[in-house]
Amino acid sequence: MTNSDEERARIVTIKGSTVEVRGLSSYRMGEITYVGEEKLIGEIIEIERNLATVQVYEPLEGLKINDPIYLTGKSISAELGPGLLSNIFDGIQRPLEQIKKTSSSSFIQKGIHINALNRDKKWLFEPNKKLTKGHLVKGGDVLGSVQETQTIKCNIIAPPKTNGELLSIQEKGEFQITDPIVELKGSDKSKKELTLMHEWPVRIARPFLKKIPVHEPLITGQRIIDMFFPIAKGGTAAIPGGFGTGKTILQHQLSKWSDADIVVYIGCGERGNEMTDVLREFPKLVDPHTQNPLMNRTLLIANVSNMPVAAREASIYMGITMAEFYRDQGFNVLLTADSTSRWAEALREIAGQLEEMPVEEGYPAYLGARLADFYERAGQVVTLGSPYREGSINITAAVSPPGGDFSEPVTANTKRFVKTFWGLDSNLANRKHFPSINWLYSYSGYINIIEEWALESGLEDWGRYRQEMFTILQKDDELQHIAELIGSKALPADEQLIILVADIIKEGFLQQNAYDKIDSFCPLEKQMKMMKLMLLFNNRAEILIKNGCPISLIIGLKSVQILKRMKEDVPNDNIVQMNKMEDYIHTEMEELGSKYGYRV
Amino acid sequence: MARITVKGVSEIRGPIIVIEGVSGIRMGEYLEVKLPNKPTRKGRVLAIEEERVIILLYQGTYEVEKDDIETEFFGRTMQLFVAEDMIGRVFNSLGEPLDGLPSIYSDEYRDINGSPINPTSRIYPRDYIETGISSIDLMNTLVRGQKLPIFTGAGLPNNRLIGQIVKQARIAETEDKEKFAIVFGAMGLTMDDYIYFQRLFEETGTLNKVVMFVNLASDSPAERLITPRVALTTAEYLAFDKDYHVLAILSDITNYCQALRAISVALETVPSRKGYPGYMYSDLASIYERAGIIEDSQGSITLIANLTMPNDDITHPIPDLTGYITEGQIILDRSLHYRGIYPPIDVLGSLSRLMKDGIGEGYTRKDHPSLSNQLYASYAEGLDKRRLAEVIGKKELNRRDQILHEFADIFEEDYVNQGDNYRTIEESLNLGWSLLSHLPETELTKVSTDLILEYIPNKGADSV
Repeated sequence: MTNSDEERARIVTIKGSTVEVRGLSSYRMGEITYVGEEKLIGEIIEIERNLATVQVYEPLEGLKINDPIYLTGKSISAELGPGLLSNIFDGIQRPLEQIKKTSSSSFIQKGIHINALNRDKKWLFEPNKKLTKGHLVKGGDVLGSVQETQTIKCNIIAPPKTNGELLSIQEKGEFQITDPIVELKGSDKSKKELTLMHEWPVRIARPFLKKIPVHEPLITGQRIIDMFFPIAKGGTAAIPGGFGTGKTILQHQLSKWSDADIVVYIGCGERGNEMTDVLREFPKLVDPHTQNPLMNRTLLIANVSNMPVAAREASIYMGITMAEFYRDQGFNVLLTADSTSRWAEALREIAGQLEEMPVEEGYPAYLGARLADFYERAGQVVTLGSPYREGSINITAAVSPPGGDFSEPVTANTKRFVKTFWGLDSNLANRKHFPSINWLYSYSGYINIIEEWALESGLEDWGRYRQEMFTILQKDDELQHIAELIGSKALPADEQLIILVADIIKEGFLQQNAYDKIDSFCPLEKQMKMMKLMLLFNNRAEILIKNGCPISLIIGLKSVQILKRMKEDVPNDNIVQMNKMEDYIHTEMEELGSKYGYRV
Repeated sequence: MARITVKGVSEIRGPIIVIEGVSGIRMGEYLEVKLPNKPTRKGRVLAIEEERVIILLYQGTYEVEKDDIETEFFGRTMQLFVAEDMIGRVFNSLGEPLDGLPSIYSDEYRDINGSPINPTSRIYPRDYIETGISSIDLMNTLVRGQKLPIFTGAGLPNNRLIGQIVKQARIAETEDKEKFAIVFGAMGLTMDDYIYFQRLFEETGTLNKVVMFVNLASDSPAERLITPRVALTTAEYLAFDKDYHVLAILSDITNYCQALRAISVALETVPSRKGYPGYMYSDLASIYERAGIIEDSQGSITLIANLTMPNDDITHPIPDLTGYITEGQIILDRSLHYRGIYPPIDVLGSLSRLMKDGIGEGYTRKDHPSLSNQLYASYAEGLDKRRLAEVIGKKELNRRDQILHEFADIFEEDYVNQGDNYRTIEESLNLGWSLLSHLPETELTKVSTDLILEYIPNKGADSV
């Protein structure tokens, strides 16, 4: 890159969110360029002879033909280091709080250049005691640590491609993020300095030593997920649903209550007010696993729907790269993306501007490949470097199918790459059954793994309870079809009982109120106990029915109401009260039996 | 910035003209085309390909002569002069007066495209607006700063509903009443509808609080693309610079989207669903997202938009994309309408996303959240039973199913069907409880026993 290059280079076409540039002499795909006098940020996405197409992450109004263009020699990269957590960024990692302060405006103006990480702040660095002069330092090695937030101690790791002999390392002390903390001598005798931060090109997955099989569940505190369609740490899940089916609230619930160490929340084409809601609410919420404010472990990317479309395309890569950075430190990371359909639509919009041949519904042919690349960046890994660390990334991604039609290209392609599918059902949502995950067509590919885990973790009954409940729900579905034709009154008593118990399960177990103080998060222990009580009720009632007890007596039992309401009525840690309820159900059923002379 | 003047055009196609051999033109630039003996037309630069400048003329290209016209480029994007004096006035989409009064002259002008609000600068909306309509206030509460479209069908009384909201809604109730304004963007409205709104504003005495931007069905579709933008630019100025509580009404989004499609076809854009351009989501977002409340002002923009669903189809791209951007929707239902129920609001399909934080203790009343949940759930189940009764006959239903079926009937006839009456939130809540008293206590699973005791004392008494 020389000045003369830039003088010759000029914009020849301006269209949509892209410009075409002629006259650059040395450039490469993916290179970041500054466009026009305002230096708008852009990226080279197509090269044809001496014509380069640049997608621009800011509005193009005001640009003109022959405006200058500046190459940077860099690919679009994320800044990685302490200071990311508790922060909110736009799609190209500009901190929104800083944009507000710098521009002193409530609106986002063009041409603002701000570093993602604060350069002035000082961090207390504690060196890794094992590193001494002469030590060979490789990519991924832990150089030391910094207490990033109250909850999270951030490992300072050598960037992936590092390889050199340690010349010096700083003592414990306060450093700015760009201060050198380690000096290395490369194999070519050159000196290299490492700082608390480094950069990584976001479109390239960060390397790791190896992927290992997932082996434990991500506990979400959401009953239908934990018990019915669990996801493993390092696993992937899609949440498709039409508008109003509760995708965003479910994503918020996962981000709030999951037992991940770090949460990366990408609002991709989101409503502005919803991002504000997250910003307002998360700092007030307490992590049930650590008792610290949730914001301490969370970082947010807000690309609201009226921000430039190219930045929406980039936001997903920004998010996953930051997630990988924490994975490489040895954390379990949950990445929630809401919604990947908006990202796919951004691909479509840009492909349209490039006049690429569309395939299904105008989407480009590489839609599936891009989705695969993204989901494959999830997983459980052994990281590079020493000491030995394992880390994981979960991806839970919302999909917004047009008209709620799951056969459309984004949903269909996503299904190919995710192992868990939480299909949201607008019929359930319409009757305020939330989360509206449909239990008949959702699935989890991690059942076997989690069953093994449950056996080892003292939850031996998990698999059995799950199966029994599932069977009831499935029978109920068949019976509902019949009941729709002949009315449930005409069904035999044992089948009416199935409908009753399924109703208890749906209302008392599957529905979970995100706004209720108690019900919002349900610990595993309580979930198991709830299942146990419902199945106990079913079991006793079956015996009563077999012995001729009319169903109407069972429907009228107080136990039915207790089972439906215990999710909100019993505080989460009050096992004593749950045991009392168990006794009550026993007693009530026995009373019924003895009163009418039925054996229980 | 320097203006550039060019003579002649090289291509004319639909509303598009192409000018060649001119340099120094900016993307998105505003321009005027002077025709001999005809009014000047206005336009915008849509794209620039080397020497070719592609231009959209808002008043179309009919009778544009190839060689004898003069185009003046202004070197800046289209701007709107804004002032408080605009309140009470009527303009076309370009901000030119239609009411015979002089043009607005002001030191203040704004780019009509606006800029995205920084999410860290937004204030989360949570002050509920009492509209006096139970199906909205209790079941789908409107909140100040919300964007809520009305999904309607041809022939449904959506304008009557908007009229009721304009008449009754207490948008600025708690504050200085003077600081309230309505910004009305008419997009492709028929003359009948336009007259309806005009009379509505007159009758409700709000005419002196309304700024109208009018693009009628017979006006240029290209101009329609800027109607919502000038309307919202004015709304932003009044709300965020002058601290007004603004109710922005856009009607009809479907007309807008059809104009958007027509222009994108003229530009040979790759179509996505039903011929609508792939960027329609982004385009609609750039309109809807301008509603809200920001930190450094006392005002707010609440946006209500009419959206006629083609063939009542909610999966059509226009309502579908809208639903993903707005904070809920009010859906009007044809079968309720045919049964004479007004307002025919489909309570189950409608949704207010901001409701959860705007209701309950300290906002409306503590029983509001669980009461509305219970009404929802019981009504939904009642509708199931009605469907069942259609198959097997009402008599064949068991006792419980019959009660729920009746509940659904009462809910629609007594609750939804309130006509033009005003109900305070207290009245709506109390009526809700009296409906619930028709149900056995075992059905009331969404309301706590304490609330039952408090609001249906008789029922609570026999349950303990």
